[in-house]
Amino acid sequence: MNPLIQGLATIILGVGGCVGYFYASNLLLDKVLYPAKGRNIASNIRRANIIRPWLFIFPALLVLTVYLAYPVVGSAYRSLFNRSGDEYIALGNYLALFESPEFRRSFLNNALWALFVPVVSVTAGLIAAQLSDTLKWGNIAKSLIFMPMAISFVGASLIWKFVYAVDSDIGLINAVLAGLFGAGPIDVIQIPFWNNFFLMFILVWIQTGFAMVILSAALRGIPEETIEAAILDGANPFQIFFRIKMPQIFSTIVVVWTTITVGSLKIFDIVYAMTGGNFGTEILPSYMMSFMFRDDGRATSVALVIMIIVLPVMISNIRQAQKELR
Amino acid sequence: MENIAGKKPALIWAKNIAMAAMVLIWVIPTFGLLVSSFRDRDQISATGWWQAMLPVELTARARTGTEATPDGPLFRVEGNIFDDEEARSYFSGTPGDISAFGTRGAEPTTYPAGTTGDLGDGETLTVNADGSYVWITPEKPGSRGQRVYFAAESPPKLTLDNYRTVLSGDNMGRAFLNTLIVAVPATFIPILVAAFAAYSLAWMEFPIRGLLIAGIVGLLVVPIQLALVPVLNLHNDIGVGQSFVGIWLAHTGFGMPLAVYLLRNYMAGLPRDIIECARVDGATDFQIFTKIILPLSLPALASFAIFQFLWTWNDLLVAKVFLPSADEAKVMTVKIADDLLGSRGGDWGILAAAAFVSIAVPLGVFFSLQRFLVRGLLAGSVK
Amino acid sequence: MANLSLKNVEKIYGGTVTVLKDIDLEIETGELIVFVGPSGCGKSTLLRMIAGLERITGGELDIDGMIVNEVPPAQRGIAMVFQSYALYPHMSVRDNMSFALKIAKMPKAEIDERVERAAKILQLDALLDRLPKALSGGQRQRVAIGRSIVRDPKVYLFDEPLSNLDASLRVATRIEIAQLKESMPDSTMIYVTHDQVEAMTLASRIVVLAGGGIAQVGTPLELYEKPENEFVAKFIGSPAMNLIPGEIIQTGAETHVRTKDGGEAISTVPTLPEDLGKTVNIGVRPEDLVAISDGGPFLYHGKIAITEALGEVTILYFHPDVEGRDAVIAKLPGIHKNMRGVDVKVTADPSKVHIFEDGQSLLYRDRPKKRITAGVH
Repeated sequence: MNPLIQGLATIILGVGGCVGYFYASNLLLDKVLYPAKGRNIASNIRRANIIRPWLFIFPALLVLTVYLAYPVVGSAYRSLFNRSGDEYIALGNYLALFESPEFRRSFLNNALWALFVPVVSVTAGLIAAQLSDTLKWGNIAKSLIFMPMAISFVGASLIWKFVYAVDSDIGLINAVLAGLFGAGPIDVIQIPFWNNFFLMFILVWIQTGFAMVILSAALRGIPEETIEAAILDGANPFQIFFRIKMPQIFSTIVVVWTTITVGSLKIFDIVYAMTGGNFGTEILPSYMMSFMFRDDGRATSVALVIMIIVLPVMISNIRQAQKELR
Repeated sequence: MENIAGKKPALIWAKNIAMAAMVLIWVIPTFGLLVSSFRDRDQISATGWWQAMLPVELTARARTGTEATPDGPLFRVEGNIFDDEEARSYFSGTPGDISAFGTRGAEPTTYPAGTTGDLGDGETLTVNADGSYVWITPEKPGSRGQRVYFAAESPPKLTLDNYRTVLSGDNMGRAFLNTLIVAVPATFIPILVAAFAAYSLAWMEFPIRGLLIAGIVGLLVVPIQLALVPVLNLHNDIGVGQSFVGIWLAHTGFGMPLAVYLLRNYMAGLPRDIIECARVDGATDFQIFTKIILPLSLPALASFAIFQFLWTWNDLLVAKVFLPSADEAKVMTVKIADDLLGSRGGDWGILAAAAFVSIAVPLGVFFSLQRFLVRGLLAGSVK
Repeated sequence: MANLSLKNVEKIYGGTVTVLKDIDLEIETGELIVFVGPSGCGKSTLLRMIAGLERITGGELDIDGMIVNEVPPAQRGIAMVFQSYALYPHMSVRDNMSFALKIAKMPKAEIDERVERAAKILQLDALLDRLPKALSGGQRQRVAIGRSIVRDPKVYLFDEPLSNLDASLRVATRIEIAQLKESMPDSTMIYVTHDQVEAMTLASRIVVLAGGGIAQVGTPLELYEKPENEFVAKFIGSPAMNLIPGEIIQTGAETHVRTKDGGEAISTVPTLPEDLGKTVNIGVRPEDLVAISDGGPFLYHGKIAITEALGEVTILYFHPDVEGRDAVIAKLPGIHKNMRGVDVKVTADPSKVHIFEDGQSLLYRDRPKKRITAGVH
């Protein structure tokens, strides 16, 4: 069937189906199963109210279980089997991973990503937030820095491929090198070890806008009077920034930091598009991709490793959520 | 803050410069790509995009004519180098002045224009800036004229050709449509499902509510990679396989934690009085949801819709896994990543145009609906 | 320790919106000046201009004879107590109080000594290591004051410091501030409030601001007994002074003014022969009205609409003469029952009767008239 028609049909069916489900199930509950009249009116209403939340939450729970919760369990299980899935090899996949030099390199590279990207993004975001809040053209500046967030990772990779190109008539970096320093063309993507940082900068380029927007809102939330008091106390702008402003937005900085860290650990598209994982740039997600359709056992074990690394963040996020509920 | 007495102008200048520097770094790459996408392919490889508006100096070659008039013991051939079709082929539009010329391919610019090059044995060649030349040779020219190499300026050529190629050929138009078909349902359906769940988690009392919220927040962090293999297998098993239906369901699932989290936060912040007043007035939960919560939550719904739309439009990984690998079914990100970045590595004009075609829609959505996107981001993060 | 003078100070936003104009004020060392006025009158703006948090767009500000218009706030020798206290939430009380001194690179021993001393005066000794969020409203306020004291400034600025406290705490803290000032006779303080009770009790002199300018400057009693214009007359004193329209029928050292229904007011405000026949407003405070039981000459009469029995006084609200106009109010000592609907005649001692022509008191006829556009209430 023509996908366009299929799509339209899905929207109509999907939306209609959802609405229909909610409406019909509520109706059923209230009118048929536990109607609010008759002898048992009180207990009926009570029972209806106990069941009702589950009606509301059921579709979401279903989808979440199938697409996220079950995979975690399923992946963990699958990772204990061999490539074709019929032989139980317990931790065999994991052992193979630790012995594989590509895995070790991917792991180390990922660690680099998880350290470098948040540090630079949050710092740049803070600087951008502070600067743009006081300038008249601040909003335009913010839009421009935030814009890369709208671009796909693949699009971003293309844009930066241009900048990194070896030809000094195309690549900006080589043009500057040739023009200002007379130095020969360098393929930054192939420099051992340092090429990773050039790739990471692409993610920084994208994520700084995110950090900036949130930190800017946090900065705005600082009571103006504490800053005025600091001015009266004789603090210069730097002292105000580091000793008065930053401590007050510390919890927001942490939230932004962890969110970007999680993002850096899961990023796949940039490395895939720029180097395909070659030249020593592979990271866990791209490493996993190489096993994707060949050896499901291995692939899931890599995915589990990614998940385990991200686990501490998950725990702290849950704790934050619990705290907020109080 | 501006009104504070005694502010130093130097500080303000420093801030402006620092901000401008940062903005420049952020904008230049995209701008460079945009400019390149409009350039003629030869010009792209000849000069950098920052020189796009300047004439490009090209090296071309041609042959002189062969009609000779006797000039003493020598033969004289005159004409204009641009009469040669081959010469013209290098330049789209009117060629600029010739700056230098030569007779060997390895040294095309030995002699400045307007001078006479001594080719030895009494043979000379003079080529002027306007292309007129005088070739004096001791031998009568044969069927082909003298090979002349020269450098001349080609005016900057901006063209839509790159875009034409990208859009018309190679199923890119189809890919665009596919991306649209994936993104729209994958935006609407998650929102609807999440809105109901968010309401129940925000305003209904039931025992393990807290646990569920914590669980959903926890799922926020699960890497999608983990779910790819099992879910794909599941899809295959139930007959959905790699298809559009599959990717719609997948995006719904993957986007659910963030949707529920953001919407729940927002709904929990709605004024309690309004909802309790409605309950006292006898409204059912369903009515409260449709008549009060949904309208009041419109900003959050809009924010998340934009977020989810951009996310699904820009996604690469889920599309690669859950859609068939046949060319007609590819979305734009996959098409660019696989086809263009691989095979057309050298054709920068096409690459640039393709990149822009793919980011045109997200950028358009971004610039027009920025406010909502920002509001959506803030809804979950700033206390 | 310092005197402060404002000469022709004005504040204009964006070249068009004038918030303050023609502000002339001389403040002597040791005074406690209160800026008071309705919201929007510019009192906080004026305070912030003195602090340096707002630019002065016209005129001159002098501290100790030195023009400080362009001097940054921290170098003016002032300290400010903010309305919301503005404590640094992530620092302990001790760190809050010592922050400014650390910035000024004062030696640690001296910082500690000053903090201890201020803490003792304000009874904060036990709280020095607490964070602001662990303090009550009153305690936070004292920390804010302590932060100012340790800097030993030339001028103390207070921006509505009591408005965030609940009513009972307000009275107690007000007294504490008064005692603090007593213990620091040489310190100059400028205090902003919208509450005229605070103004009357704390100030050595009050500056009433309205409509972008100064309505009157004077001691609390001066403002009470000799208001210069109707705005100040109604602003000071609660319930507000009654303004009753009338016509001058006799001029001289003692002026007679005819009011409605045969009422006649006699005032000790002297008038000139040319004032005969002028339409004026009689000003009498509710507490100065005396009820007449016999049929003698009266200043005003009317039916009582509402009574409020407060035990110590009874407040009587007459029916308004004209729909929508302020009703006349009388405040009689003691308890008076069954006054509703009764026709009451009142009069007042001539020395308590003010006469206002065109908004300005005839006692001050030689002063330039002030254009006060703020709602008079």
